[in-house]
Amino acid sequence: MYQHTRLTNNNFTFFQKFRNFDYILLICILLLGFISLATMYSTDGGKILFHTKSHFTKLMVFTMMMLFISFINIKFWFSIGYLSYIVVVSLLVWTYFFGITSSGSKRWMDLYFINLQPSELMKIFIILCLAKYFHRMKLENVNSVYTILTSLIIILLPMGLVIVQPDLGTSVLIAVSGIAVLWFAGINHKYFIYTMLGFVISLPFVIAFLKPYQKLRVLTFLNPDKDPLGAGYQIIQSKIAVGSGGIFGKGFLKGTQSYLEFLPEKHTDFIFTLFSEEFGFVGSVVLLVIYIIIIYRIIAIGANSRSYFAKLFCYGFGAAIFVFIAINMSMVLGLLPIVGSPLPIMSYGGSSMLATMIGFGIVMSARVHSQQLIA
Amino acid sequence: MINSSSDNVKKLNSINRRMFITGSLKFFIMVGIVSRLFFLQVKENKKYLTLSDKNRIREWKLAPVRGEFQDYFGNVIAGNFEAYQLHVIPEQVENFKYVIYRLKDLLELSDSEFKKVLKKKKEIKPWETLIVSNNLSWDKFSKINNHLYDLNGVKPVISISRNYPFDENFTHIIGYVSQANEQDIENTELIKKNFVPGLKVGKIGLEKSFEEKLIGTNDIERYEVNAYGRRISQLEFQKGKKGQTLKLTVDTEIQKLANELLKDKAGSICVMDIFTGEVIAMHSSPSFDPNLFVFGISQDNWQIIRNDPMKPLLNKTLQGRYSPGSTLKPIVALSALENGIINTNFTVRCTGKTELYDQTYHCWKKEGHGYVSLRNAMKMSCDTYFYEIARKLGVDKLSETAKKFGLGKKVFDNLFEIEKDGLIPNTQWKKNALGKGWLLGETIITGIGQGYIQTTPIQLCLMTAQIANGGHKIYPKIVIDDKDKIKPSDYYKPLYKNSRNIKIIQDAMFGSTNEVMGTSYRSRIDNPKYQFAGKTGTAQVKKITERERELDLKTSEIPYEQRDHALYIAYGPYVNPRYALSIVVEHGGNGSTTAAPMAKKLFKLIIDRHEMRQSINQKKYLEI
Repeated sequence: MYQHTRLTNNNFTFFQKFRNFDYILLICILLLGFISLATMYSTDGGKILFHTKSHFTKLMVFTMMMLFISFINIKFWFSIGYLSYIVVVSLLVWTYFFGITSSGSKRWMDLYFINLQPSELMKIFIILCLAKYFHRMKLENVNSVYTILTSLIIILLPMGLVIVQPDLGTSVLIAVSGIAVLWFAGINHKYFIYTMLGFVISLPFVIAFLKPYQKLRVLTFLNPDKDPLGAGYQIIQSKIAVGSGGIFGKGFLKGTQSYLEFLPEKHTDFIFTLFSEEFGFVGSVVLLVIYIIIIYRIIAIGANSRSYFAKLFCYGFGAAIFVFIAINMSMVLGLLPIVGSPLPIMSYGGSSMLATMIGFGIVMSARVHSQQLIA
Repeated sequence: MINSSSDNVKKLNSINRRMFITGSLKFFIMVGIVSRLFFLQVKENKKYLTLSDKNRIREWKLAPVRGEFQDYFGNVIAGNFEAYQLHVIPEQVENFKYVIYRLKDLLELSDSEFKKVLKKKKEIKPWETLIVSNNLSWDKFSKINNHLYDLNGVKPVISISRNYPFDENFTHIIGYVSQANEQDIENTELIKKNFVPGLKVGKIGLEKSFEEKLIGTNDIERYEVNAYGRRISQLEFQKGKKGQTLKLTVDTEIQKLANELLKDKAGSICVMDIFTGEVIAMHSSPSFDPNLFVFGISQDNWQIIRNDPMKPLLNKTLQGRYSPGSTLKPIVALSALENGIINTNFTVRCTGKTELYDQTYHCWKKEGHGYVSLRNAMKMSCDTYFYEIARKLGVDKLSETAKKFGLGKKVFDNLFEIEKDGLIPNTQWKKNALGKGWLLGETIITGIGQGYIQTTPIQLCLMTAQIANGGHKIYPKIVIDDKDKIKPSDYYKPLYKNSRNIKIIQDAMFGSTNEVMGTSYRSRIDNPKYQFAGKTGTAQVKKITERERELDLKTSEIPYEQRDHALYIAYGPYVNPRYALSIVVEHGGNGSTTAAPMAKKLFKLIIDRHEMRQSINQKKYLEI
């Protein structure tokens, strides 16, 4: 009987699954992909060059992959929660020893056809791992010392491996992803407040331990005009680009700041600057709205999921995506010091997109299999 | 089971509560980001738009086109010509080494020139222009054009540059231009404003005095540039204004004649309209070719000019301070008449020398002139007569008259910064400057224009003009300027007490030139159309010793530096005079033999051209 049901279920599900798709989320993701492609085309100076082509390929492949992931039962993702975490941690260890060094940090591993940045994957898989960890836990056990220590180790291990690369930005984002899950899992408020206080108090000491270039970034954030052609250059030019965009922007392919190469790293971390210069306040708000809808859908999917794991993952992922966006935008708008953090989907970079798309895929799978219970 | 489900409910409650807290947090953060966007893009938009334009737009200034100088008849005496230049933009050259050596061959560059070019190349950015040659001959220019097919990145350019078509003729009036140096930029605001590398500015003469009118304004090219300063596209081309064209009062033909007359001599000629004060010609010899300076003078040429013993760099008309010698006599006589010291009947007996205050003063004529009246004393330039009237007159009264007629004071005010005041001494001056009392003997020699007295040729010319026009004050000018239409209040004011006295002097000067025994009788012109009146002068450069007086050497037997300066002042035509002139020939020996014959040639041309000059004047009025 059980066997039979499963079979019929399986036969039935392919169309069922299609019907269960969250089309609003899918459309938003595709829309975002299209916008990012257009922006990439603009960074190439209005020509289809390397970045556009590469971004397009990645977008296609990873969207397909996302759809594929969404057809796989959420139970499967639950089952590989720990395994995937361990695999990514091993990749980080591998990177530590054999990674490719580029602009002073060892972040990439050479997979022959693609250079993978495992730290980006960790942003997602840490959510998966912790969601699984808390899935079956009773609420009264959540705040036990054992649990807290274990979850801290789960977070600190990859963080440490990323910090030594060195890549402060990504390690902070990994921590944020992890902490988001801890928060939703119900760890006592006071721990978060204490941690926050502790962080603020130890900030001066942390700064003392920062690498000179990191210290410079903090100082630059506090006063970008001090050295406008040196350390402050990025943030000043970025603000000029955004500010000069005005309400309706300079027009597609007419962003002088990026076109004339005043913008640094316009393909990656500063992509929003270029978009904002060309499409202005209105365009930026539209982009934000798309992101908000995506996040809202993710949360809605979480809310409608029957399993606690799916809920935890969706909420955690939604919060993490939100933080990624908020940090990236605050950074380019001069509200935060510059840390390396890509804008999900928009920024050029395969690993980041791969991770985000895996995340979307799992969320979608949670939606498709929303009635699935996980024992 | 119940336990588990109640736990599930608790878990769900907890997660939903926390979701709500997170949601509100997210909302505030979003509001923060949007308001930041609003602040940057809407509120501060103008500021950032300006900053963005500042980033991307850069201006390139091109050298302005300099205003021209024209003579009275509209001939260009300092103009612009198209200089053929060769520019290379290193970045656009595929094989720079090949091209540069090929150019070296084609242009026949010397090794030092070639090295200079290579050095310049190192100093500039690869997309900036390298000027390989800034003034090519047409031959080489066309040769390059024929070889352009294998000279990628080489650009033949026609650029506008200063040209002086009359070479050395106007150098001491106009001056010359050359590359602006730091001092020029610092001292003149307009040069600073219009500065571009290679800008040529006036260094001396009117080119310098009228720099601000001549300089014009830059052409401005606005380019969009990228973060590295490379030009991306031209946004705008703003045509500059050519500098103002300045018209001078000089007549090129007369100027050329003056140059010819003073060829191989050191000296000055200037000619002036006695009513308007217009300078018709003003030449200082020797002169030099101002074209040499435009692209920077070569060391060899500079040394030649600098070391010339006749001092071509000195503007003798304005800077040369000479004892006026006998050319001062009209003023001495006039001063005596005006002050009532003498009248026309006053006579002195000249024996060739006179003893005064234990000193012997010699007349130039050893055997003496016998009894001489004022008219004859002027005519024959009797020194003894003037010793006597100077003694009676006193130096203070004399200096007063001399100053009134324009001696001892800059003629052009500040127009030429090199102009010198000269010196008209009086007792007060000596007390102040030398701290000594005036000696009567000094008055005596001042009476014949020797001693402390120093005048410039232009002052002598002005003095002559003011005697010629009947004793009226005029203001000499050399540039025709609109603002000159407003005449100073004392323009043409009488300088005399009694106009008869001026007539007497004029008549005496007529005698000096047109009557037998007159010092410049041999240079006279009988035709009344050209007839002129003048006064010779011979200025000693050193005191003549008794021994030399006995030897009575001819000019050619005396070493050049010790020969007397020859001077001549004149005005003409005698009936209805119009022009006055002064001639100084350094170490020319004798006024009557060296300087006066020049006046004869000059007056012929001056008066021949008078009508042409008048017709231009009338045309000018017609146009108005």
